Parts: sequence; C-alpha cells; structure tokens
Amino acid sequence: MSVLVEKADLSLKYISHYNKVKEILFEGSSYVLNDVRNRAFQDFIIQGIPTQKNENYKYTNLNPRFLPDFEFVHHKENNNVDIKTVFRCDVPQLNLEPRLIFNGWYHRISNESLNLPEGVILCSLAEIANNNPDLIKEYYGKIAKTDSDSMVALNTAYAKDGYFLYIPKNVIVEKPIQLINFLQAETDTFVTQRNLIIIEQGASTNLIFCDHTLNLNNYLNNSVTEIFVGENANLDYYTLQNQHNRTSSINSVFIQQERDSVATTHTYSLHGGLIRNNLKFVLNGENAEANMYGMAFLDRKQHIDNFTQIIHAKPNCQSNQVYKNVLDGESTGAFSGMIHVVRDAQNTNAFQQNNNLLLTDEAKMQTKPQLIIDADDVKCSHGATVGQIDEEAMFYLRARGIDEDKARLMMMNAFAHDVVRKIKVEALGNRIDELVEKRLNGEIARCHECAYNCEM
Amino acid sequence: MLSIKNLYASVEGQEILKGINLEIKPGEVHAIMGPNGSGKSTLANVLAGKDDYEITADEITFLGENLLDKSPETRAKDGLFLSFQYPVEIPGVPMVNFIKTAVNEHRKHRGEKELTAGEFLKLMRKKMELVELKTKLTNRSVNEGFSGGEKKKNEIFQMAMLEPKLAILDETDSGLDIDALKTVANGVNALKSPETSSIVITHYQRLLDYIVPDFVHVLYHGKIVKSGGKELAFELEEKGYDWIKKENGN
Amino acid sequence: MEEKDRIINDVTQSEYKYGFVTDIETDIIETGLNENVIRIISAKKNEPEFMLEFRLNAFRKWQKMKMPDWAYLKIPPIDFQKISYYAAPKTEAKYESLDEVDPDLLDTFNKLGIPVEEQKHLAGVAVDIVMDSVSVKTTFKDTLAEKGIIFCSFSDAVKEHPELIKKYLGQAVPVADNYFSALNSAVFSDGSFCYIPKGVRCPMELSTYFRINAANTGQFERTLIIADDDSYVSYLEGCTAPMRDENQLHAAVVAIITMDRAEVKYSTVQNWYPGNKEGVGGVYNFVTKRGICRGVSSKISWTQVETGSAITWKYPSCILLGDNSVGEFNSVAVTNNYQQADTGSKMIHIGKNTKSTIISKGISAGKSNNSYRGLVKVMPGAKNSRNFSQCDSLLLNDTCGAHTFPYIDVQNKSSIVEHEATTSKIGEDQIFYCNQRGIDTETAIGMIVNGYAKEVLNKLPMEFAVEAQKLLQISLEGSVG
Ligand SMILES: Nc1ncnc2c1ncn2[C@@H]1O[C@H](COP(=O)(O)OP(=O)(O)OP(=O)(O)O)[C@@H](O)[C@H]1O
Ligand SMILES: [Mg+2]
Repeated sequence: MSVLVEKADLSLKYISHYNKVKEILFEGSSYVLNDVRNRAFQDFIIQGIPTQKNENYKYTNLNPRFLPDFEFVHHKENNNVDIKTVFRCDVPQLNLEPRLIFNGWYHRISNESLNLPEGVILCSLAEIANNNPDLIKEYYGKIAKTDSDSMVALNTAYAKDGYFLYIPKNVIVEKPIQLINFLQAETDTFVTQRNLIIIEQGASTNLIFCDHTLNLNNYLNNSVTEIFVGENANLDYYTLQNQHNRTSSINSVFIQQERDSVATTHTYSLHGGLIRNNLKFVLNGENAEANMYGMAFLDRKQHIDNFTQIIHAKPNCQSNQVYKNVLDGESTGAFSGMIHVVRDAQNTNAFQQNNNLLLTDEAKMQTKPQLIIDADDVKCSHGATVGQIDEEAMFYLRARGIDEDKARLMMMNAFAHDVVRKIKVEALGNRIDELVEKRLNGEIARCHECAYNCEM
Repeated sequence: MLSIKNLYASVEGQEILKGINLEIKPGEVHAIMGPNGSGKSTLANVLAGKDDYEITADEITFLGENLLDKSPETRAKDGLFLSFQYPVEIPGVPMVNFIKTAVNEHRKHRGEKELTAGEFLKLMRKKMELVELKTKLTNRSVNEGFSGGEKKKNEIFQMAMLEPKLAILDETDSGLDIDALKTVANGVNALKSPETSSIVITHYQRLLDYIVPDFVHVLYHGKIVKSGGKELAFELEEKGYDWIKKENGN
Repeated sequence: MEEKDRIINDVTQSEYKYGFVTDIETDIIETGLNENVIRIISAKKNEPEFMLEFRLNAFRKWQKMKMPDWAYLKIPPIDFQKISYYAAPKTEAKYESLDEVDPDLLDTFNKLGIPVEEQKHLAGVAVDIVMDSVSVKTTFKDTLAEKGIIFCSFSDAVKEHPELIKKYLGQAVPVADNYFSALNSAVFSDGSFCYIPKGVRCPMELSTYFRINAANTGQFERTLIIADDDSYVSYLEGCTAPMRDENQLHAAVVAIITMDRAEVKYSTVQNWYPGNKEGVGGVYNFVTKRGICRGVSSKISWTQVETGSAITWKYPSCILLGDNSVGEFNSVAVTNNYQQADTGSKMIHIGKNTKSTIISKGISAGKSNNSYRGLVKVMPGAKNSRNFSQCDSLLLNDTCGAHTFPYIDVQNKSSIVEHEATTSKIGEDQIFYCNQRGIDTETAIGMIVNGYAKEVLNKLPMEFAVEAQKLLQISLEGSVG
C-alpha cells in the first residue's frame, strides 16, 4: 500500500506545482498554448506519472526519475553562454549555423546569420504563437494527444517554449538545419520543451537535433515535438542523443504525413541515463512512406526504451523500421513497436526489425514487436532477435588471422552499419560511423568537445 | 610442415574423425578424397580451429608447434589457410576493410610494418588480377550476394593476399565453370614453392589435372583408408567408391 | 469478386455439424456460485476433505480477482451466477461393458465421429470421454494398467491415488495463476488423470473427448498428466458442443509435469461451437494449459488446431526448469464470422541449454479477429538457451483482423532468441497458378491453407491429422478469392 501512496505523492508534487505556478504559465503565453493547458493538466491528474503497470511503460520505471527535488524553468533565462566556447560541432564539413535550445527555451544567438531560404521560419515557439497564432493554431496539440499519454499531458500543461520550424510550399532547404539542445543549471532541473515543425506541400528539409548536458546535476527533460509533413514533402529528422548518466530524457515525437510524402527519423542514442523515445507516425495520405531507424549503445546502468507506433490510416503506404541496440555493462534496453493497419488501408507494406546484442550477462533486453492488422491486402512483417554475434562469421574472420577482439568489433560495426548507412547527410554519416567505432572501442563518444569534460 | 597423429573428433557425442594420421612435408601437395559425409570438411575445420568439436589426438604439430593450443587467428597468422567449402556471408562488413585488416594482422605477426592505403590497394589489384576477381565484388560486404563460383574465387583471392604456408582447399573446385577452374588452379599454383604445402579436398580428378598432387588419400568413415600417388585419383574417378566401401566391410 | 463473395457466403452458411443436442437425462444443479455450491459439487463427488479445502481456497481467491482485460478480445460481461456448475448425465456413468451404456449416449459418440467400439478394437486409442463435466467412460483402462499406466477420470484418481493428486494438484498451474484457473480450481467437476511410470513408453495414444451438452452449464474440466523419468506419452484432446443461442463457458485447466528425460506430446483439436454467422451463441473457451519440464532433458510439446469457440483465450506454456529441457508450441488457429481468438504460448527458460520453438499459423476470415500473443523469457541462469518463434498470419478478406503481440525478455548473453512474424493475404498468384492447371478456386484455397498449416498439422498424430485437415476445410472451405 505504501507504494501506492508514494506514487500518488509523486504525481501530487507535479500537480501542486502546476497550481502554484499557473499564473506564470499562462502569463505571456499565446492563447494557442493556454487554451489546451487546463485540459492537459486534468488529463495528467487522471493518468498520473505512468507506472510499470501501464502496458506502454511496462519496461521503463519512470517513477524514480521524478523523485529529485527539481527546479523548473518557467522563464527564459539570460544565458551568457558563448556557444563557441562550450560547443564546437565536430562533424567536419557540416558547416552549419546551429540554433540553440537552452533548458527548453529557444535562444537567438546574437550575430546569427539567418541564411535560410525565403519564407522559412525558424524561431521560438512562444514568439510565433504570440506574433502569428493563426499560423500554428491548426497544428498545435493536434497529434500530441494529452489523454493517451500523461507525459504529453504534463508537457502540454507546462509548455511555454521550444523551437518552431516552418518550411513553406515547395521550398527546398538544401543545407541541414542543426539545433543544439543544452541542459545547464545550478541545481537539479526539470525541463519542458515543446516543438512544432510544419513542412508544407512539396517542401523538403534535413533537421539535425543534438543533445548536450553541460554539468553534473540531475535533469529530467520532457519534450514533445509535433511534425506535420505535407503532400509530397520530404523530411529527414536526425536525433543524436548524447547526455550524461544523470539525465532522463522523455522524448515524444509525433509525425503526421500527407499523401506522397516521405519522412525518415534517425535516432542515435550514444549516451544517456534513461532515454525514453516515443515516436508515433500517422500515415494520413496515400502513397506516403515512413522510415524509422534507431541505434543505441548502452553501458553501465543506462536504460533505453524505444516505443514506436505507426498507424497506416490510408492505403498504398509503406513503412520501414530498423532498431538496433548494443547493450554492455548492466544496461537495459526495451523496444516496443506497434504497426497498426486500419481497415481498408489496403496495399500496405510494413516492415519492422529489432536486433539486439547483449555483451554481458548483466545486460538485459526486452522487446515487444506488435502487429495489428485490419486490412487484408498487406505485407507486414516484424522480426526481433536477441543474441550474440554470429559465431560462424566470427570463425571466418579469425581464420583469416583477425584476432577475436578485433573480429568482434568488426562484427559490431557491421551490426550498426545497417542503420548508419541510412544517413543521407554524408558528413554526418561518416562522423557517426567514427563515433560508433569509438564507442565500441570503449572511448567516450561525445560528439562535441565539452568544456566540462565530465566523465559521467 | 603438418603432422597429425591419431586424431579423433566428435560432435554431440557422434564420432566423425576416428584416428587420422597424416604427415605433410614442405613443398608437398596432398589430395583428400572420399564420399559425402566422410569427414573431410570436419578435418579441415578442426585444423583451422573451429571449436564445435571435441578433439583428442596424440599430437598435431604445425611448423613444429602444437596446433591445438592455438586460437584460429594465431593458426592463420602462423600460415594456415582454409578455403571454406561454404564461405559465410557477413552483411555489413565491407570486403576491403576485412581483407586489409587480415593482411595487416598477418604483417604485424611477422614483425612487418602495416601497409599504407596505397600499398594495400596496389597489392589488392595485383592479386585480384591473378584470380580474375571483379572489382565490384570487393566493393560489397564479405561474400554477400556472391554467386557460388564468386565465393570460391574470393577464397583464392584472399589466399593470394595472405600467402599462407599451408593452404587447405575444401572443395574449392565445386561450383566453378571450366575457365574459372583453370584460373583458380593457376592462382593456387602461382603460390606454390618448395616451402609451401597444400591439402586439396575434392571429389573430382579434373582439378588434379591442374594442381598435381604428390599424394592422394581416401577418407572414409572418419579414417584414411587408402593412400597412394596421383594414379589413385584416376582409379577413384573410374571405379567410384564402392570398392573402397567393400574393402572396408560396408 | 463475385466468386469470392459466393464462396464467403457458402462458408458462413455452412452448418456446424456437431451442433446436435443429446436427449438424455441430466443431473444438473441450480445455477449460481457460492461456497455452498462448491460444497455440493464436492459432496456429489464424494471427495475427501483436502479436495474441498482446495476448492474453497480457490473460490475465495477467485472472488478477489478480476477478469483479465489485456487480451485483444471483446468479451461481453459474463454473469457467473447464471451458470450451472454441475451437470452430469443421470445414468450412472460407470459401465462394465459398452452394452450398458445409454444408447443415446453412444449415439452421441458416434455422431462425434468417435466410435468408441471401433476405436476400442481397431484404432487402439484409449479414450476418456468427459460429457458435461463428468467422465463418462474410460476405455482400455485394463490394458494400460498392465504397464502400470494410470489413465482414469480425475474423480477416480482422487479416490484411488490421492497421494499423487495431493502432490501434484496445483503445481504446474497454481490456483491463483489467473482468473479462470482459480474459477476452475473452485468448481471443476471432472477431467482426466494420467500417470506414466518410470521408463514406460505408453503403447497407444491416450485421448480425451470433451462435450458440453446441457444448456446453461459451464464445463470446467481438469487434466493432469505426470510423466515419470524416461517415460513417453502422446495425448489427444478433442471437443464439441451443441448449437445454442446463449454462450456457454468452458474454463479448463491442463497441467503436465515431466521428470528426467520424459516426453509428453499434447495435441488438441478444438472445435467447440463457434456461434452462428451473426455471432450469436458459441462457447467461451478460456483455458489454462501449462507444462513444467522439471527433469533434465525432458520435453513437452503442445500442438493445437483451433477452429471452434466464439472466444478463445488460451496460451499453452512450458516452464523449462530442467537443464537441456525442450518446449514446443505448434498452433493453427482459424477464425471466421464473428469469432475471436487470442492465443499463443509462453516459454520460460530457467534451466541451462533449454530450447523452445513456437510455430503459430493464424488464419482469419469473415469478421473475425485472430491474435497471437506470446512470451519468451530467458532467465539469467538459463545459459546457452535458444528460442525460435515464427508467427504467420493469413488474411482471407478485408473485414477480418490478424494481430501479433510477442513479448521477448532476455537476461543473459549466451542465449539466442529469434522471433519472426509475417502477415499477408492469401496469394492471388498461387490461386491463379492452380486455376491455370485446372484446379478450382475453392480447392486451391483448401490446398494453400492446408499447405500453409502443414508444418503444424504434421506434428499431429495420424488419427488427428486427418480430422484436423477436414476441419480446416470445413471452417474455411473457399472463404476466399
Ligand atoms: N556441427 C555438426 N553437427 C552435427 N553433425 C556434424 C557437424 N559437423 C559435421 N557433422 C557430420 O559429420 C559428418 C562429416 O561431415 P563433413 O562435413 O566433414 O563431411 P564431408 O566429408 O566434408 O562431406 P562432403 O563431401 O559432402 O562435403 C557428416 O555426417 C555431418 O553431418
Ligand atoms: Mg565437405
């Protein structure tokens, strides 16, 4: 019984905090955000922080992650961080002008040159919501439903800022857009980030989103991103998760695609304490294609849970998923992927693959691929494996004089390469190949030169 | 070069090799023939260090050192090469990367310095010509999507790259067309020297026209039941294995 | 298209051929469930005190439990007070010879396609028939007794071998394992008991036939099979029920325990009444089946062909406790009209070098929903264990659903678990190929579906394989185009 009380207490903390800061939350926020705030809050009260009894959170215990006495960031902080000194993106040739999200708030870097094509908007969500609510009100909160996931509810209740990206009709953004997500505070901090991406008909872009943590406090980052991909539009969305072991990251991404569009997500989890990636695709127009690729390397007591859902709501669509995990140390991994083909979504092709390597006896993997198929003219398949490296291939390599450790490394690289080769930004692909190799070699694979150079 | 005394090997309680004795001197070519399932590949695998088997032997030495104590990679680097009967496909491991690593591991083992990228590519091109291996194949993953014949050629290409002292060719001729057979044989012969030896496992006399053996052995039910000169291969080609089976009470 | 519709129509019209009611006098108790009812059941069966205790304990636990809601099923509310928990053919059910058996009853068996007489003399199958909860007849008891094999009704076992029952009852399936196992433990009326002594290979297939006859009754039978060291038995189970408009409840428990190097093959052809084409009536089949491979190198294999029932909720499982033990699950599940099935298996690897295989073939037609649900769990100590699962679903039209819910949990690095699943429509090109060779669509579909299920059908004993194949044909005959 005491567990129950504790659990209720835990949610209570976040409930009472809302009531305490309610005015601050509403103040200065656009009606677009405020209109759904109370409803979201009620949905959170009903659902509470999910426990492992919740089928969707069966493999991830969030509760301890909510325990620290967090500070909240309800205001944009003045930050004097000189991006050049704490961060240097070392992806060669990528040559981007990164934008910054600081503890959930979008920051304009003073002399940032907005070298984006005409009509493209990249700015703070709070700003666009206040200045041009009409642009976003059709989209905000439309696919990130607050009644089916309490983390989305909590995000929507607390949401004040994040980034907003808008690519108008037929605009092709050639250069990848990079966003850096920083966590840095004086104390343990709870961060809420809310993002919105609208890609109109015929438009196209690559977005690279990198996570970084700058000091050793406990962080809990609860972010929600809604992405609308218009007819015949194209999106490649890269996420590089690279945070320290005291960070918990709950990352919910919702993507709705219209006909003839292609959307691809690439999720690289190189480091992190607890990572929960919720990724939901709705294929809302015929002939749309969705691809989801994920690769995670974990060690120590790290935990990753990739939770994907793909709804084939219209006929003639295609989806691919490949998720791979390499688990070392006492790390634990979970994958739960659901493919739902609704009635009459004929001629659907849906493919899903989840492969996992356990490197130690302490590492654990739980996987739950699911198919819910209500149309008949479909080709759907999923496969999941948990195991070690193919012994026959190992023998072949060793018989050619390659020693066991090196052979193992080659095999692990090969295992990862399947996913890495899907990266279309070449410089990024090469860099990730390198990072993967470093990571597998046991070198710390931070993808930036962190000024703090912590070992967490 | 290689000396095997009284080798037994079994898998899951089933005895496959039942007392093999074989002596191979530098410069010699030994052919091993025998019906399907007689244990030829098992012998090759045991020598290369595959650990699926329970092995007992009075002695197996390779270049004067105890072979059984060594890991597969050490055996390889010492100069033992196995051309696999069924080369495995390794998706995701690029061919070039694979063979470069192997070559450099061999060089390190011999105390030589690693090849630079340029040197390596030059060497690779040379050896590829030797077995007429198409460039497109080295751009793929190891053996992935190779035809049966291409896999075999790839084995000989790797052998040419690694320059072993003892090459064991397990049915390298199976699946090759007649031109490819010649190319492969030429490749093998090009590497022949008074210091190197080979074991050629085959079902067909025709390979032995190109790679002329000094000795032919017949392996049957896990034992070498007959040994002779190259004429034995002709005899087998002509008469089949029945007479061997009869002689051995079966 | 028209052809397709016609064929679908044909199938939905096709009659459930086991839907007759046998008109024999039945001893039936009032509907309702309370402690008193349980005492009555126990008393009617002249049970010893420990059995009554077992039942009451189970009942108390059941009262605190909730109906499971995690399956992909829409289960209408069940009023457990409206069910009669004991119905037995009134004729005293113990006969010295078949001549004494009520002719109506014999007729029933004949209609079921189990000619008891014939089987007794020709097929050599020992049959235990459970009709409305009571074991009616066990054939071949004596022949088996010579080998030391005990094969009898559960009630007889309670009386004649209480020590075995006491020892093993509730071991593989704990009373409170789930809602329906608890209910069964409280009210089960009869079932079969089988014990194969050390070193004995049972010389014939053992078989149980289940039939629900009386209206408003539930069937709650219980089967317990113990295979001692180095023994072997193959066990068959079949079931049918009359057509009735109201739903009937079947909540059975089957438990298997194998000792060192013992092997049990358990095969089921489940053909309870599925309801009519509007989805009215039919049996709710909520069954708990579990085997424990206690001994080293022991093996349990479950093979099932599921064509009947309105709702099926069933997950035959293996707990692989002994080192080197092996678990197998082979299943063909067909759903048509408004049938719903949520079935699959659990493989729990505890011992070292344990192996398991799951082969599941789902076939959905009509407006039915067919789900595979499975769990493969490899515990930290189960070093070098291996599982392979293959779950395929075949969809025969655009109004049905096929779903797959596997759960995989691996806790050591030396084990390998592989799961593959595919869902697809029956191949038009295959049908066309057959057509082109002069085979009509209906036959072609039968061939394709049987081919699709063959891997599993092949695992059935001969006597059953034929029946299962026929059943597949009847359930689906040309329901596709
Ligand atoms: N890992 C293994 N597990 C079980 N049996 C094996 C294994 N390896 C070999 N065997 C058996 O041992 C016997 C010898 O096999 P081997 O591959 O050595 O024959 P072979 O002489 O090379 O035949 P072939 O001419 O067909 O290539 C065969 O019966 C084979 O099935
Ligand atoms: Mg061979």
